[in-house]
Amino acid sequence: MGELAYRVNFAVQLLETLLTLGTALAALAVVFGHVDDLGGWQPAELVALLGVFFLMGGVIGVIIQPGMQSLMEGVRSGTLDFVLTKPEDAQILVSLGEVRVWKLADVALGLTVIGLALGQVEAVLSPLQWLGFAAALAAGSAIVYSFWLILATFTFWFIRLDNVLIIFQAMYDAGRWPVAIYPGWLRAALTFLVPVAFAVTVPSQALVGRLSVDVLALAIGMALALLLASRLFWRFGIRRYAGASA
Amino acid sequence: MSGLTGVYWTLIRTALAEQLQYRAAMVIWLIGRVVQPVIYLAVWTIVAQARGGTAGGYSVRDFAAYFIVVMMVEHVTFTWNMFEMEYRVRTGEFSPLLLQPLHPMHRDVARNISYKFLTTVVMLPTCLLMIAFYEPRFELAAWSLAAFALALPLAFAMRFFLEWALALAAFWTTRVAAFNQLYFLALLFLSGRMAPMALMPEWLQTLAYWLPLRWVVAFPAELFLGQLVRAEAVEGLAMLGGWTVVSWGMLALVWRCGVRRYAAVGS
Repeated sequence: MGELAYRVNFAVQLLETLLTLGTALAALAVVFGHVDDLGGWQPAELVALLGVFFLMGGVIGVIIQPGMQSLMEGVRSGTLDFVLTKPEDAQILVSLGEVRVWKLADVALGLTVIGLALGQVEAVLSPLQWLGFAAALAAGSAIVYSFWLILATFTFWFIRLDNVLIIFQAMYDAGRWPVAIYPGWLRAALTFLVPVAFAVTVPSQALVGRLSVDVLALAIGMALALLLASRLFWRFGIRRYAGASA
Repeated sequence: MSGLTGVYWTLIRTALAEQLQYRAAMVIWLIGRVVQPVIYLAVWTIVAQARGGTAGGYSVRDFAAYFIVVMMVEHVTFTWNMFEMEYRVRTGEFSPLLLQPLHPMHRDVARNISYKFLTTVVMLPTCLLMIAFYEPRFELAAWSLAAFALALPLAFAMRFFLEWALALAAFWTTRVAAFNQLYFLALLFLSGRMAPMALMPEWLQTLAYWLPLRWVVAFPAELFLGQLVRAEAVEGLAMLGGWTVVSWGMLALVWRCGVRRYAAVGS
């Protein structure tokens, strides 16, 4: 019975994402009725970016977001205390605790879209470029994860933070277009506040062969720094956390 | 009529008190409403720049004016009925509302108005900030602004009736998520939120002309910006008025069928 529920969720998720994809493609169609390229990006390249958008959305939706959401809920309801009594590292437990398997539909769709788009451009990426893409994806995922962990750790002090999810959704939506087209303040917010640029734009640049080494290095550097920072902040929060009954 | 006014006054006061408790959440929800027009404005700015300054008759500053006005019109006219109705039906929250002599829609109207009133505190400064940053080009005309003042409440009413009627789909199925998404997809393209109607492909413009959504958002925006001649303004007001009547009729019909079905499901 559980299997059936998952399959229905899978189908519903796929339908929703297909509709979102359709919307995004239709918007691209309208825009490219007026220009041949958008800020240097060809139509097929923007479709590849869309693919990365869904791929990342899927990765976030499968493992990162559910874990962090249930962590925030666990702080509020006090069930986090049970996790803290276990011998394993609490951060690992909460991060991998919840998995929404049906979100893999987004990952699959994203990869398909990327494949189709690259086929259109007839791009042949060198192994080095594929490595760059993989590295950018990994760095992007690590940055998003650290961002979420820092946010979730804040719930130790500000319990009513569940609406922060809405901010992330709203700003992640901006990732459907290359971050470079936005005004300076929004670009900064999408790079350093809600890390959409590193999650979507940077890996997409790798796919279309426009990723410079310094940007990739910056992404990897930020990923490592944020992983460390979020880990430290988390340990600080856990130490100060007196438990739900305090 | 004074009875209904009194009822509304109470409903709105109640709604204001309720919503003030969730003011942090309300502000957070607004972020999405501001980011969307900013995204499309950025896209069309690049398009205009690539075409040497204008696209479809819109310069960069014209686009800025358009999207800022559309943001405000969209904000004033939007409703969340379609999400809430599904929740209400699923949790059974709707049943006690049906037992009351007051039609449940009034409460929703009052809550919507109260929300719009409260969020103006945030939206208006945001709007002014955007005007300061983007330097939009406004060429206003007094008569057009007057027509706008007439069109906006009409658009609010029409959209409310339409979306409340569509929300009643929850009486027939709980899987309304895809249905809602389809509606919002249509809304994005047909109402002028994605781009000024003049920039959409011809066939889409024709389709949008005969559907209600374009008259809810794009039309009041065009009136405010003084982009229409008097004949077009009259035509638009007629379409808007006509659709208000149609959506009111649709609402009444769907409501009657829906209540019968809702009662049947319970027993």
